[in-house]
Amino acid sequence: MTSLNELTLAEARDGLKAGDFSAADLTRAHLAAMEKARGLNAYLVETPERALAMADAADAKLAAGEARPLEGIPLGIKDLFCTDGVATTAGSKILEGFTPAYESAVTANLWRDGAVMLGKLNLDEFAMGSSNETSAYGDAVSPWRRAGSETKLVPGGSSGGSAAAVAAHLCLGATATDTGGSIRQPAAFTGTVGIKPTYGRCSRWGTVAYASSLDQAGPIARTVRDCAILLGSMAGQDSRDTTCADLPVPDFEAAVTRGVKGLTIGIPKEYRVEGMSAEIQALWDRGAEMLRDAGATIREISLPHTQYALPAYYIVAPAEASSNLARYDGVRYGLRVPGKDIAGLYENTRAAGFGREVKRRIMIGTYVLSAGYYDAYYVRAQRIRTLIKRDFEQAYAAGIDAILTPATPSAAFGIGEKGSGDPVEMYLQDVFTITVNMAGLPGISVPAGLDAQGLPLGLQLIGRPFDEETLFAAAQVIEEAAGRTRLPAAWWA
Amino acid sequence: MTAAVNPKKLIKGGLHDWEVVIGMEIHAQVTSRSKLFSGASTEFGGEPNDHVSLVDAAMPGMLPVINEECVAQAVRTGLGLKARINHRSVFDRKNYFYPDLPQGYQISQFKDPIVGEGEVLVDLPDGESITVGIERLHLEQDAGKSLHDQNPTQSFVDLNRSGVALMEIVSRPDLRSSEEARAYVTKLRTILRYLGTCDGDMEKGSLRADVNVSVRKVGDPLGTRCEIKNVNSIRFIGQAIETEARRQIAIIEDGGTISQETRLFDPGKGETRSMRSKEEAHDYRYFPDPDLLPLEFDQAYVDALAEGLPELPDAKKARFIESYGLSAYDAGVLIAERASADYFEAVAKGRDGKAAANWVINELFGRLNKEGHSIETSPVSADQLGAIVDLIGEGVISGKIAKDLFEVVWSEGGEPRALVESRGMRQVTDTGAIEAAVDDIIAKNPDKVAQAREKPTLLGWFVGQTMKATGGKANPAAVNALLKAKLGIE
Repeated sequence: MTSLNELTLAEARDGLKAGDFSAADLTRAHLAAMEKARGLNAYLVETPERALAMADAADAKLAAGEARPLEGIPLGIKDLFCTDGVATTAGSKILEGFTPAYESAVTANLWRDGAVMLGKLNLDEFAMGSSNETSAYGDAVSPWRRAGSETKLVPGGSSGGSAAAVAAHLCLGATATDTGGSIRQPAAFTGTVGIKPTYGRCSRWGTVAYASSLDQAGPIARTVRDCAILLGSMAGQDSRDTTCADLPVPDFEAAVTRGVKGLTIGIPKEYRVEGMSAEIQALWDRGAEMLRDAGATIREISLPHTQYALPAYYIVAPAEASSNLARYDGVRYGLRVPGKDIAGLYENTRAAGFGREVKRRIMIGTYVLSAGYYDAYYVRAQRIRTLIKRDFEQAYAAGIDAILTPATPSAAFGIGEKGSGDPVEMYLQDVFTITVNMAGLPGISVPAGLDAQGLPLGLQLIGRPFDEETLFAAAQVIEEAAGRTRLPAAWWA
Repeated sequence: MTAAVNPKKLIKGGLHDWEVVIGMEIHAQVTSRSKLFSGASTEFGGEPNDHVSLVDAAMPGMLPVINEECVAQAVRTGLGLKARINHRSVFDRKNYFYPDLPQGYQISQFKDPIVGEGEVLVDLPDGESITVGIERLHLEQDAGKSLHDQNPTQSFVDLNRSGVALMEIVSRPDLRSSEEARAYVTKLRTILRYLGTCDGDMEKGSLRADVNVSVRKVGDPLGTRCEIKNVNSIRFIGQAIETEARRQIAIIEDGGTISQETRLFDPGKGETRSMRSKEEAHDYRYFPDPDLLPLEFDQAYVDALAEGLPELPDAKKARFIESYGLSAYDAGVLIAERASADYFEAVAKGRDGKAAANWVINELFGRLNKEGHSIETSPVSADQLGAIVDLIGEGVISGKIAKDLFEVVWSEGGEPRALVESRGMRQVTDTGAIEAAVDDIIAKNPDKVAQAREKPTLLGWFVGQTMKATGGKANPAAVNALLKAKLGIE
């Protein structure tokens, strides 16, 4: 029999409603799995007491026939979301010992709908990274291994803990955030589904900021349907975030089975980047076939400014980060390392509190905003951003409903294999996903097959603004055609 | 700005006459119940850190939300400054580290302020007027306060003010003397108080000025300026300008040059001293705040606010001159505070405007100043003063008795008309009674009568005697007429 933690979220929800098992049983199954999987370092904090209390409350609601949309569903929370009374670190030493007295909008929405919190998930420090290796609290490890190898692989990043936990059945779904690919790339690496919704779909209130104009919360789960269910609860207008859209939240789950008949799917030629592996190209072609077979029209399109997205991102995101992270100064909360004067306190605190990658981005950001460089870097990057957005607008105006691309340039790599010398090697991980953040569009990553070494590969679908529904429908077609990826045996337990 | 140089305004140096050129940045605290981007109270006072929200303390994940009332106040102020209102403006981050700046940046407006160019008409004490150009007005957050005197080794931080809305009002360098600068701030303060957009309370820090000062020989291009930061009274603004101008003149006349820098005025020592040089100036790395969308509104919004504006000082002054026949000076005194103007109008309603103005300015203001009262706490109400003016007009009391009556009303209160009756202050207009007194005095002073025929100014002495004899209640006009007739003075 399948363990309760191996059910999909939708199956678990239906089982709870049918009374096949209790929320407490479901939660205990996850807590047990988490305990065995500590070697994956997916959870930074486990909250079993809270989880069981929430599960009991859920069971009461279920018994009373008052089940809410996520009643009794155990979830993991990326440690970028502030959680009332539970330590929140953003994966950084500088927030060591910080316990918020408030709950982020996204997690509050989940608890409102009856979900159960299992704990806080590992991530790259301040969500800056593509492998979870910049976390101040150790690497999260992917449950996947190359065939015949014991090399530990990265789960991707920055939502590495979220992806690893979902893939290893340590939660039914997880919250994540995506600034340049931080939901979609780890989802692709771990054979899970992740959607970055349209900028403004989810409130940013109470989520630790990395780059405010790009950050967006979304779910990672094991199926397209599970993602749709989770996003339906996470999303929604919030007057506390003025960049959050005042739009109704559609019934995302209903869109999952809509199909793609009559839709036109664009294949952007600029994504056929130099040196793309034959495996990735083949996966992409197969994805297009799957959609065509399901009734979609496939059309090649052009997004001419694609190549400028990555360099422009590495101006805009660090610029915003350099300012967003100024509040971590040792004065009010988190780490404080004394100094001989106030400047000394700042320097010592920030030198000790931030890791190398965060420091690098703060310095890049400070540089590109400084007098004499602002116009040459920041202003030009913003112009490029406008052009990238226009590329997409023109494609959609020409009748394209969604765009299909690879999610990542390759399958997961080994811990320590990339980026130790040249950080750009790591930055290139996001080459297919970053344009979507720059344009503020929704993008979903869905598993589409395995590479020659038996590791999962994902495809990305990019949609019109606030049209996540089409993405769920198209991703479902790929999920069904490709078959759900099967995780290797639980070597970590 | 008037092009002609007024020689009276030049400062005499050792070698030349110098013209001082002044521009000002006024930081005016917006009158609002809550802060610019958070719901925390703006109330003055309270224990340190009583009025601090999660946003003000820059807790992780907190986001600013614009307070619409502050936007309305900025637009009202812009209208009051006859300025261009920008339908689209942008909030920028001004980045620097300081413990009383929790975010590590101040949210301000840099490239695209909410209000553009405008002007302020400033009346000077000599009766001359100048027009001072306004370059811009923008909204920004105030910082908190560092307390360095609470502990021997640590500084404390009070964030009550952190995030309170300020309007920075930037003038053009159109001011040419400390007197003009003081008059400008005074006028700006009056306009803000009329609009109700800033209480103008300089003691509480609601209005602070950064003063840019440079000097030049007449006709030369602008000199290098120094910015004197955070001057917090109108008197100190004047002193700081005088001090700084003389410092700069002395340096230049000694063959030196002025270096652009930020300075502080020390009123105790009567000097300005360097705070930081141009080289030490911060690079604020301004960029648009990605947490806030551009601020946009339409003309209908502006029109609605314009309709709700009160009559402003310039219009009120013109109306006072026109409708009440006041002098420009008296009108200017009366409109300086909205409450004074309202008080005056209550007194003047249905009465002689000039008489009302005289009583308000000379008797009432004089007394209020002496006793340290404001118009709001005046012991004599507009109704009471109006009744006194009526009693004079009706000939019931003389002007002199009216002053005594004013004293009684001031210190004891009461209805003036009733007081006149109960205290027997009614002036004697009965010619018979006055005539008897006059006859008596003429009979007793034949020598003075003879002299008076030669020297008509002696009439005053007879008036005095008559008033004395009638207990001051005789109608002065009747006394004069009778005496002139009886003494044969034309």
